[in-house]
Amino acid sequence: MTPASEMTDTKAPLLEVKNLTTRFATPEGEVAAVSDVNFTLHAGETLGVVGESGSGKSQIFMSIMGLLASNGKASGSVKYRGQEILNMAPARLNRIRGKSLSMIFQDPMTSLNPFLTVERQMTEVLVLHQGMNKASARKRAIEMLDVVRIPEAKRRVDMYPHEFSGGMRQRVMIAMALLCEPDVLIADEPTTALDVTIQAQILDLMDDLKRNLGTAIVMITHDMGVIARLSDRVMVMYGGRVAETGPVETLFYQPYHPYTLGLLASMPRIDSDLGQALPTIPGQPPNLQFLPAGCAFQDRCAWCSERCLKELPLLRPVSEGHSRACHRDQLDIAALEGVHA
Amino acid sequence: MPEPRHMLEVIDLKVHFPVSRGFLRGQDKLKAVDGVSFNLRAGETLGVVGESGCGKSTLGRAVLQLIQPTDGNVLWMGQELTEADSASLRTLRRDVQIIFQDPLASLDPRMTVGEIIAEPLETHYPEKSKAEVREAVRAIMAKVGLREEMINRYPHEFSGGQAQRIGIARAMILQPRLIVCDEPVSALDVSIQAQIINLLMQLQAEFNLSLIFISHDLSVVRHISHRIMVLYLGKLVELAERDALYARPAHPYTRALISAVPLPDPARERERKRIVLQGDLPSPLNPPSGCRFRTRCPLAEARCAEEEPKLRHFGDGQEVACHFPEREIRP
Repeated sequence: MTPASEMTDTKAPLLEVKNLTTRFATPEGEVAAVSDVNFTLHAGETLGVVGESGSGKSQIFMSIMGLLASNGKASGSVKYRGQEILNMAPARLNRIRGKSLSMIFQDPMTSLNPFLTVERQMTEVLVLHQGMNKASARKRAIEMLDVVRIPEAKRRVDMYPHEFSGGMRQRVMIAMALLCEPDVLIADEPTTALDVTIQAQILDLMDDLKRNLGTAIVMITHDMGVIARLSDRVMVMYGGRVAETGPVETLFYQPYHPYTLGLLASMPRIDSDLGQALPTIPGQPPNLQFLPAGCAFQDRCAWCSERCLKELPLLRPVSEGHSRACHRDQLDIAALEGVHA
Repeated sequence: MPEPRHMLEVIDLKVHFPVSRGFLRGQDKLKAVDGVSFNLRAGETLGVVGESGCGKSTLGRAVLQLIQPTDGNVLWMGQELTEADSASLRTLRRDVQIIFQDPLASLDPRMTVGEIIAEPLETHYPEKSKAEVREAVRAIMAKVGLREEMINRYPHEFSGGQAQRIGIARAMILQPRLIVCDEPVSALDVSIQAQIINLLMQLQAEFNLSLIFISHDLSVVRHISHRIMVLYLGKLVELAERDALYARPAHPYTRALISAVPLPDPARERERKRIVLQGDLPSPLNPPSGCRFRTRCPLAEARCAEEEPKLRHFGDGQEVACHFPEREIRP
């Protein structure tokens, strides 16, 4: 295992994403799933990406990993340690995927081959990419299963995916993603399909990876609790664009964008006072096919003005590292109570 | 007949499914619900929580007689349902409705919204005129927040939140007294969940509805429920008033569940002490002896393997099935 210190001494960001835009050609016309997204990810950092369905949160990373559906096209720039990787030929990208950037998904069964034992699936990568012999690849696979705390890894490595429970499969997938010691682990809703006690185990595990291996993590989720637990920085997505981004404390304690405010206020919380009705965000998430001119959040926003209908709000800074895409300079919180109550 | 104390009384309900072990190897019994008792008052919401395989959905369906219980009693307004004939079951269906997790999957794609909502009314009250039905449909659509012009549209034209409103309208049109809500907001986006939760609470207040609210989400259940029941592998492990359950959870499983919910508050979430359960849910086909939770329980002792803990009163109206409900758990 490479110690964390060795990874963090390089100053260049691991990922530098500029003006990333992803469009899908559909029979009904072009759909912009991701528009003009910019961010950097440094070694050892955990970036939380939060948003609802259709917010573009997953498609950003599908674009980066070259995993877009065939009708999708990404433009802009994605640099991994200074090297441009967006739209790179699959053969070259394969040298970076898995080895330097790894991605795990909500449903492990879609990424695991049901016909092969866990050992076959894990060692294949090591034999092909790292030229290991079979015996040492097997040893390494078992080590990795130990890291993700699969009990009796020696025995279980010879089992098939269906013989594992949902939580165990997610661990196997994390182990596979970590085999080549990637710098970045992109986790797309890794705990959404799991029970809450199993989710707690997986979040603990990811916390350990962050601390012990110094792996940079991108956590894509709709769950603000999961974001609060793991992230250093957060990016809130709405309608394919970044609505707000900042350090995790700032975003939770001084949210600035009306959508972030609404999202935090409308969640029932296990620790909140129980009032009467929950504050809600009225309406529905936008249809990306028919995005309005101006701000995508306009018809759900309590602070919407004439300007919001015409002019797209660009991301602008509130404070160091904290930006929001909103025309308003001040948000009067009373407006939220008044309008949404 | 005097008004019964409870609208619904469920006594020692069991639902066992036969599971084939393979050709000529006989059958196993999957005890999805294994001896659950509870009652429900008018206007009350009973939350049912637990993880996958705990039997919460099966329980909801068995109460409605959508699944035939293996044993036990379900009394609706004092009337025994498990032996009811089809005529009295039909009356029950007017009083008791259900809404599901995936609203789109539970709506017929070839029917218009108006037809979907009208169907139960036409089935139960065939004597009603077209105009009466249409008027009732309009009224209930307004009540659940659907615009009148949506009446001739098809389910696929609706988002998840609106489709769930259609499901609620369909359930509400018969003016039921109880709605079983099976994970009604789990498939919805966060910003839409609050809308549907508020709607259900509003309808409850207006019509004095009782709700059985089945969910895996402890924050949502806390918000909507008066009392909460925690299930584990088909057994009731704890039943308590909402505030008591969250302030002083007695069963170690309840405590672990509550502590596992991540708080949307970075500072508090990171300094929190969590009870992280080891291992996975055991197979419901072959549950552990004694207390079913013992294989994952941080408090388990030899006694827990031998003797199944009985549900008993604890503290202030709480009921808990644990030999050591007061013992501290050291994380």
